[in-house]
Amino acid sequence: MLLEQDHITEEGEFVINMGPQHPATHGVLHLKVWLDGETIKKIEPHLGYIHRSIEKMCESLSYRQFIFTTSRMDYLSAHINNQACALAVEKAMQVEATPRAKAIRIILAEFTRLASHQLWWAAMGLDLGAVTPFFYAFREREAINEIMEETCGARLTQNYMVPGGVMVDIHPNFQKRAKDVINQIKEKAHEYEELLTGNVIFQQRLKGVGYLSKEDAVSYGVTGPTARGSGISCDIRKHFPYDGYEHLQFDEILETGGDSWARYLVRIAEMKQSVSIIEQLIDNIPEGDFQAKTKSVIKLPKGEFYQRVETARGEFGVYIVSEGATTPYRCKFRSPNLSNLSAIPKMAQGAKIADLMAIMGTVDLVIPDIDR
Amino acid sequence: MANEELQSNISEFLPSATYDESGEFLNVSIASDDLLPLMKTLYSRSDFQFDYLFCLTCIDWKDHFMMVYHLLSKTHNHSIVVKARIADINNPQIESVNSIWKTAELNEDEVYDLFGVQFLNHPNLRRLFLEEDWNGYPLRKNYTDENMIKL
Repeated sequence: MLLEQDHITEEGEFVINMGPQHPATHGVLHLKVWLDGETIKKIEPHLGYIHRSIEKMCESLSYRQFIFTTSRMDYLSAHINNQACALAVEKAMQVEATPRAKAIRIILAEFTRLASHQLWWAAMGLDLGAVTPFFYAFREREAINEIMEETCGARLTQNYMVPGGVMVDIHPNFQKRAKDVINQIKEKAHEYEELLTGNVIFQQRLKGVGYLSKEDAVSYGVTGPTARGSGISCDIRKHFPYDGYEHLQFDEILETGGDSWARYLVRIAEMKQSVSIIEQLIDNIPEGDFQAKTKSVIKLPKGEFYQRVETARGEFGVYIVSEGATTPYRCKFRSPNLSNLSAIPKMAQGAKIADLMAIMGTVDLVIPDIDR
Repeated sequence: MANEELQSNISEFLPSATYDESGEFLNVSIASDDLLPLMKTLYSRSDFQFDYLFCLTCIDWKDHFMMVYHLLSKTHNHSIVVKARIADINNPQIESVNSIWKTAELNEDEVYDLFGVQFLNHPNLRRLFLEEDWNGYPLRKNYTDENMIKL
């Protein structure tokens, strides 16, 4: 709780609260910021405005049900979160998804990453005062959402992954629509470059802002595009491949700048990478079952199981402690956003308050994933 | 480094540790007092170099708490799980590892908030998600609340 005398400290530092209802925090994030003039001295995150205790809920949900709570965490990577849970249960049951299911999973996961990065790109411009990119990015994102709607039955919280495969087979239009969207994205890619990437004002808002060194990034447990902008090789799809990523041709994207601009470039390049991964698979979806045979009531053997995947924001881990029952004894979700958030005070130290928008924009936080 | 080698190297300076290799990672179980010396060695010794703490959590086993640390070395690309047993369930305490890995700060705040484990020498131990005056620690197995519904 912040008292009135707290607004100015004894050292003359001014304390302001950014959030929980601040437009640039994209959700109910509350940062308490200590300022000397315009310079940031210290940041303390205050969380819990959307805490639902999903980990506690999981303890009373079955292994088929608990997957769906994860859609509500990082809602922009809902598919990938679901995939992590499905993979964790499969690992424990020693069941493998069918080849068809694996291909569908990867295609949809990459579409999710694309849609998530497009939303990030849209909001990134908006945060820094450029409104137009929002409409451009949402044009493509809408097309991806329509694919999701047609095949999964939902646009945001798809809940499409189940242990052993996917819930239903893909829609007959799926391949045609996916190719149309891919063509549309490739055709319009130059607009993205012209609108923001090549914009000098935008570049100067990002270059040299929010520097995060390689050592700090490792120490703070930063993952995903944020860490790859600091030159850390941490792509789970490369290091601990799952669902057949090992058979695909793609290179990990690394930038060594460590500033907001480097993080921006990583995400832009990842969009192109996702397009190429989808292109490799879209004509090669194997025929066969979309789901492996599993028992209707899943009981996991006694033990501990950890599964990690690469979401649009970094390493997402599912840690299940099983006592041999139909529900997990303890279920922990390692959220990429909590670690990425913990590095923001470090990145923003000494920066100007207006640069905090650029830093938070390029770290790309999703608050429900932090609070869980 | 292979798991057997890790195991024998850890046994050299911590003979009391016990091992479990049944899962995906090598599990090292220790008493909570041994945590900080072991972690410092795992971090700094050149043949371990566990520089990346990727998952920090706690499990309530009813008669004791178990802190679980998943570690990875970016240089050697090997992983290990350290489990520290906290026997005192009425007043659980353990040393903070924040001085080694900065990511521990918020994760330990979370464990304090939801399990009530006190972290010694933590720079800013506070309830991360719940209100300061919240009664009880929700992720403990004996936690009850009048508004809880049995599913």
